[in-house]
Amino acid sequence: MRAALRVLALAAIVVMPAARCTVLPDDRADVLYHRYQGGGVTVDGPSVLVRKKVGESVSVAANYYVDMISSASIDVVTTASPYTERREQKSLNVDYLHGKSIYSLGYVDSKESDYTGKTAMASVSQDLFGDLTTVSFGFSRGWDTIGKRGEPDFRQTTDRRNYRVGVSQVLTRNLLASLNYDNTTEQGYLQNPYRTMRYAVGGGFTGGPEIYPHTRTSNAAAAMLKYYLPWRAALTTQYRFYSDTWGIDAHTARLEIAQPLWKRWVLTANYRFYKQNAADFYSDLFPSANYQNFMARDKEISAYTGNTVGIGASYEYKVDRISWLKKVTINVSLDHMMIDYDNFRDLRNASAYAPGEEPLYSLRANILQVFFSFWF
Amino acid sequence: MKRFTLTRWRHVLLLGAVVTTGVACAPIEPWVKPYEREHLADPIMAIDPDPVSSSYRDHVFEVREAAKGAMGGAGGGCGCT
Repeated sequence: MRAALRVLALAAIVVMPAARCTVLPDDRADVLYHRYQGGGVTVDGPSVLVRKKVGESVSVAANYYVDMISSASIDVVTTASPYTERREQKSLNVDYLHGKSIYSLGYVDSKESDYTGKTAMASVSQDLFGDLTTVSFGFSRGWDTIGKRGEPDFRQTTDRRNYRVGVSQVLTRNLLASLNYDNTTEQGYLQNPYRTMRYAVGGGFTGGPEIYPHTRTSNAAAAMLKYYLPWRAALTTQYRFYSDTWGIDAHTARLEIAQPLWKRWVLTANYRFYKQNAADFYSDLFPSANYQNFMARDKEISAYTGNTVGIGASYEYKVDRISWLKKVTINVSLDHMMIDYDNFRDLRNASAYAPGEEPLYSLRANILQVFFSFWF
Repeated sequence: MKRFTLTRWRHVLLLGAVVTTGVACAPIEPWVKPYEREHLADPIMAIDPDPVSSSYRDHVFEVREAAKGAMGGAGGGCGCT
């Protein structure tokens, strides 16, 4: 599932924004180190993204991304053993500029020891009305294969289809807006093979296998406004509504300000709010083993509220000694994520409480990014 | 809460397509001229200034949240005519 989500995120950023105003994206290379730490989980690694024009009409982008995972999460310590894992992802994307249109094709390949994901995607964007409007359409198809450590015969598959439509609009000389709509259908094995649910037995509880539906359809619509402030700064506001056939509705809101300072610096600050309700078949504690046809205890489909605050800084170098290098930026950002679960309980000290009376779980995590960008 | 069904989403999409088509056929003068787009062309107004970073951040959230999609920009509006 991690790989599938990563691919969706990459598809959104590699394919869709490729069409900024009927010019191909800049030739650029980014080298990033990322580190997530929180809830007993550490994930870090590099990401390298290189984009280069080939002739006047073609731009090629390649990305290599690694997650090195060390997990002793709440799920792991209460039901299994801590583990380490490595995931590698490679992607290739080609943009073709023709008139006011950009046609894009992409492919992503992700591998870890018990999960492989392959995704192909295509999109087209078109500028209209004197380049005030950009309309884009995209489609991606993914094929995942899920295994299970210690069970070489375990093999499940997932099929994903994603349709995207987007419009960007210049509203005034200081204001941009964009609207995006995503529809995703997933079919196949949609659960984590290691996770278990729990149900009441006598005065205690025990674990049992989760049972998920084999289909899921989701819709997401988002609106964004970006405003140029009078003293040269950019203010971004964004809202997304999400709904799926598992009964989950979610609201996401984001606010960000980017403030240039002293010619070479850009400082950013952002706040992100997120709230979702639980899936229809989620419960922290089921009354019995076969209580209903679908049963899950995955905190990612429980009800919760998340708040994330972040800051960042970027410094631009002018490189005079290397003629082909236009500029370099050094960037650092740190986000602090706070998630408070409404109906997912912390079982690390379960014996001290009656079943269903354990304290609610909270997650605190830090997300660090350090990256260098080179324009050439 | 009343659920927003797939059929209703399709109706919204269809309505959007009809409106877009209607607008596209009308003779519209750009109300922000190319020479008025200096602020929009400023790098700080880029919808996604650092794709490698936003991709990673989206991934971190999507792994931990049920919701996904639609947060990427569709591009446009940089004023680089």
